[in-house]
Amino acid sequence: MNLTHLTLLEQAVFVLAALVLFLSFSLLAQARLLAGIHIFAWQGGVLALATGLIAATSDEPHLFISAALTFGLKALTIPWMLHRLVRRLELERHADPLQHPALVMMAGAALVIFSYWVVAPIEQLELAGIRNILSISLAVVLLGLLIMVTRRQAVTQVIGFMSMENGLFLAAVAATQGMPLVVELGIAFDVLVAAVLFGVFFLHISESIDSLNVDRLNRLSTREDDGV
Amino acid sequence: MNTAAWWLVLLQALLFLLGAPLLVAWVRRVKARLQNRRGASLWQPYRDFYKLFAKETLVAHTASPVFRAAPYIVFGSTLLACMVVPLLALGLPSAAVADVIVLVGFLALGRFFLTLAGMDIGTAFGGMGASREMLVSALAEPAMLMAVFTLAMTAHSTNLASIAEHQLSTGLILRPSYLFALMGLVLVAIAETGRIPVDNPTTHLELTMIHEAMLLEYSGRHLALMEWAAQLKLMLYGVLIVNVFLPWGIATEFTPLALAVGLLAVVGKLIFLGLLLGVAETGLAKMRLFRAPQFLNLALLLALLGLLSHVILEGGA
Repeated sequence: MNLTHLTLLEQAVFVLAALVLFLSFSLLAQARLLAGIHIFAWQGGVLALATGLIAATSDEPHLFISAALTFGLKALTIPWMLHRLVRRLELERHADPLQHPALVMMAGAALVIFSYWVVAPIEQLELAGIRNILSISLAVVLLGLLIMVTRRQAVTQVIGFMSMENGLFLAAVAATQGMPLVVELGIAFDVLVAAVLFGVFFLHISESIDSLNVDRLNRLSTREDDGV
Repeated sequence: MNTAAWWLVLLQALLFLLGAPLLVAWVRRVKARLQNRRGASLWQPYRDFYKLFAKETLVAHTASPVFRAAPYIVFGSTLLACMVVPLLALGLPSAAVADVIVLVGFLALGRFFLTLAGMDIGTAFGGMGASREMLVSALAEPAMLMAVFTLAMTAHSTNLASIAEHQLSTGLILRPSYLFALMGLVLVAIAETGRIPVDNPTTHLELTMIHEAMLLEYSGRHLALMEWAAQLKLMLYGVLIVNVFLPWGIATEFTPLALAVGLLAVVGKLIFLGLLLGVAETGLAKMRLFRAPQFLNLALLLALLGLLSHVILEGGA
């Protein structure tokens, strides 16, 4: 696969896919909740732009609808909901720093290499251009998983989960020119409902343990917490 | 043709020498305007140099020969590094040594003597500045090499002139790897030239200064040479960024017209870059020294992503 054979628009899709990956890394590194939500919104926006470009290059008008849907949901609605939630729980200044930032970053880079290695054999199916974006989206999914593993704050874990979904969406759009519109609508509403449910969960967790640090869910009582 | 080309190499070095103070003055002017000040004249750095060269040079009585030799070595190695970077034209005879690793080596040599000179007198500030400089540079160098290797993998050469030539011959291609390498290199350049989020070039506050702390004991022509070297370094990074990533306009043949176009193009690009630097420095606050490793980690991560996206997205081609 050589970039020189592609049109400028198709090259732009590659750049945007790389940007989605970069934003995943920034999510991984970002300690502040609000900044994390903003990065997540940017990732949604870049993803919507990439979808729009793929729609323009591949002549699939229904992809424009899913691009608009992605933009509306992932770049505007869900970040707005998370934002409101964070404000309601008074967590604006809250930060959730990583224990070993450099190690986590190295793990992230290793995950990217791993996903490239996993996707590489698909080359034989003559999907060269798509294979590259597929490995990027697999990396985004794995990075989302890594965010969920390394974070202790419920809100950041949800952002990790949502960015995993971004990776899946990128894979679907790049590999199969998008799923059927019905499926896409279903997934979009699933994500929305998930965001609402997470919001309810946050409220309950923070009411019952007075914090969103999920590590404290492992403890049986608050008294045990004081002894540590 | 050969002698003419060698003259051109010398002309390039001269342009670097004369242009560097002007670039610094331009950045200062932009910052002054953004802060609602009138700002000094664009010729102010030349006047400063004139004054410093005319002044008596004082050396502390504890100074060793290293302290006296360091300004000349720092200035000379920075100037040599500048001659490696293509400024006006590609395909000059000096392109044979225009290798990125040579460039990094020249800069490292200058930095080594700069930090030695900082520690030589034995004052507290000098040693502190030297240790900070080493902290920053030890983290910046791998990021810079990684960013440059990304370019080298695309052009199949670590020669700066061939990288720029490859970029010219393939035309406009949006490469994600170039984007990341560019971002990484910009961060490295900011850290290495001591601009604002990492070091403040105008500070004399002992808690924050890095580069200034090493120069505190210098005066007269020694100080002028050290400051000139720092300004050369800023221009070096500026030219490196604009001519390697956006080489359009640079002369590929040695006709007066092509050279004039090349000069205009590089001046225009540097003016734009200086404008961006001035705006960024006005908008950003200097960060704590202990956040500098994070800043440079980001640069390294960007360069690494550039390398990975070159392999993954561009199929190693």
